[in-house]
Amino acid sequence: MIYLDHNATTPVRPEVVSRIAEVLALPGNPSSTHAAGRQARKVLDDARDQVAAACGASPREIVFTSGGTEANGMALSGISAEHLIVSATEHDSILTHAGESGLPYDVVPVDSGGSIQLDVLESCLRAAKGRMLVSVMLANNETGVLQPISEIASLAKEHEAFIHCDAVQAFGKIPVDFEALGVDYMSLSSHKIGGPKGVGCLVVRAGLDVKPFVHGGGQEMGRRSGTENLPGIGGFGMAASMVPDLLAQMEELQQWRDSLESDMRSASNDVVVMGDADNRLSNTLNISMPGVDNDVQLMALDLAGYCVSAGSACSSGKVSVSHVLQAMNVPPDIARTTLRISLGWNTQQQEVEAFAEAWKDIYSRKAAKAAP
Amino acid sequence: MADIPNRPIYMDYQATTPLDERVLEAMMPYFAEHFGNPHSTTHSFGWMAEEAVEKARGRIASLIGASADEIIFTSGATEANNLAIKGMGRAYSHHRNTIITVETEHKCVLESATQMAREGMNIVYLPVGADGLVDLDIFAAALNDDVLLVSVMAVNNEIGVIQPIREMAALCREKRIFFHTDAAQALGKMPLDVVDMNIDLMSLSAHKIYGPKGVGALYVRRESRARPEPVLSGGGQEGGLRSGTLAPALCVGFGEACEVAAAEMDADLERLQCYFDRIIGALCAPERGVQLNGHQRQRFPGNINISIEGLDGELLLSSIRDLAVSSGAACASAVSGPSYVLQAIGVPENLAEASLRIGLGRQTTDAEVDYAIDFLLQAIEQLRKKA
Repeated sequence: MIYLDHNATTPVRPEVVSRIAEVLALPGNPSSTHAAGRQARKVLDDARDQVAAACGASPREIVFTSGGTEANGMALSGISAEHLIVSATEHDSILTHAGESGLPYDVVPVDSGGSIQLDVLESCLRAAKGRMLVSVMLANNETGVLQPISEIASLAKEHEAFIHCDAVQAFGKIPVDFEALGVDYMSLSSHKIGGPKGVGCLVVRAGLDVKPFVHGGGQEMGRRSGTENLPGIGGFGMAASMVPDLLAQMEELQQWRDSLESDMRSASNDVVVMGDADNRLSNTLNISMPGVDNDVQLMALDLAGYCVSAGSACSSGKVSVSHVLQAMNVPPDIARTTLRISLGWNTQQQEVEAFAEAWKDIYSRKAAKAAP
Repeated sequence: MADIPNRPIYMDYQATTPLDERVLEAMMPYFAEHFGNPHSTTHSFGWMAEEAVEKARGRIASLIGASADEIIFTSGATEANNLAIKGMGRAYSHHRNTIITVETEHKCVLESATQMAREGMNIVYLPVGADGLVDLDIFAAALNDDVLLVSVMAVNNEIGVIQPIREMAALCREKRIFFHTDAAQALGKMPLDVVDMNIDLMSLSAHKIYGPKGVGALYVRRESRARPEPVLSGGGQEGGLRSGTLAPALCVGFGEACEVAAAEMDADLERLQCYFDRIIGALCAPERGVQLNGHQRQRFPGNINISIEGLDGELLLSSIRDLAVSSGAACASAVSGPSYVLQAIGVPENLAEASLRIGLGRQTTDAEVDYAIDFLLQAIEQLRKKA
């Protein structure tokens, strides 16, 4: 099987697996004061340093969580805001929390390329009452489209709004610097960067507060209770320390992605790429196969030995059309025919080339069948 | 003194347990080889991960007599307790507005209850007797038409006493009150059957039963139609009750830990009872000024909480560095002051400050127990002389 679904999750890097195995062998609870506890505590401290260094934050700004979803939930419900402003293409965990928060909220539309409409954002900021929280993702998980976060952060600051950034999908694919982005809160996840599942973090600007989301023993400086997922956090730290390696690979991945794209386009003039081609992650390709529904493509690709997806993993069980593509005004009959192909740290060039052939082969068979 | 090669000796099994080798072996393939996202429904990496998660879910369910679809994975027992209490409160407080819990519950239950009080609910904290147990008459008298949920832990984390949850749950079922139990310290250590015991919600943890940290579960009885409001929402995983990508390696580890516990629980328990009797027999005597906290028999024998008269607690802990024991709950280790659990059972402050929780478990050996007894007796004697 060839795996080209790195935006859903990534295989854990061998160095990270070794680190996890090492940590799993430690018996202690990091809150215990005896030697075993202190040894476990050191795993937490080291990982906190590693994650902070990888995202341009300071260690005490890192609050470990059970993953990106929890970090997003914590940001949206733990910040004392009276009005929420989110973009239309945010991850479900942001949109759901906004809907359930009981607070007034605006959903800022995106243009057909997937970029947030800054003028609308600005008028929302102007119109809203009370302390606002703006939450916009750095890179979209389905299309890879990048949002101008620094610019959005400046706008938010002008209106004295808090700004949260879901950087889960961007981390490890473009340089992410918490300080330089100028945001107040930022979510990261381990399993998108070659780390284990079940761990992530919310970065909280020093001096700012976040109300606990999970109550209890008061771990993570009272911000997130529960015995820490030690092997997960240790693995996350190791994966974060290897982010420079991931970034160094991106140029190559982009070349492969671009030739894949042009190869696919050569099959038909009607092939459409979702999202602004000049402003997206280098590893991501969201592309249509004219006239062939994506479930048909996925079945054929699975038989041929390729793993890709029709959108985000958490919603891939649902039949509904992606809310991201809907927000970009992609006509439903095209949205239905799109696949997300995402490359990652262990992708090989020949895998991408073979995929292109398989995709074209399926297209010629299915399109021929569909033709009268 | 008996000779022990590996020191410090780990005797803090209530804080966390070392990973069982079988669990480690079961988990490792799910990091690199079978790394799929269990929610990816479009390819075999996803399906394989999902299959592993579902198998684990079944194993956890079977250890408590539940069915697999009643198990909601969480990041641990803390999150499960949060989901049970805050989730049920938020979903049904318009219907009934009281939650009953006990003074000696784990911090995360108490903190969740406090949060619900902030959100307008009425919280009743039942006292415990000197033996650490809730009096059933007091309990029955507290139940009324406004009670939505009762939350009582099965085994106390600090003193190991077993609450009469079967009797309590039966009373609650009669009155159509939801019964939740935090079974983090009970799972895999004593038989639990949610059907037989009339339990509606049960919180579970993997790292207390030789599984990995970072994973737990909430059992939600299907027939009760209880549906806590999710604490974590988003992608809609776990039937909408708990969003977020599941970690198959952790789920598999939890499942394996349950499988091993089902097979070894009886033998573990028998061995721990012997150790308990030996340690208590050697240490606890009025003339020595050492007392066991909590009920003598209605308890999990792997938890030995003792108070030592006339000693300074900190001095005691620092003089027994060879034994990794604790003075109470791990999460409260950084907090000074006597344990609220010991205070609730009426242990005087000076005694509560000089308390040790000795936690024994599957990897505890005969030799370690002998060494611990000799070592503690000697340490107590020396400290007494100094004092």
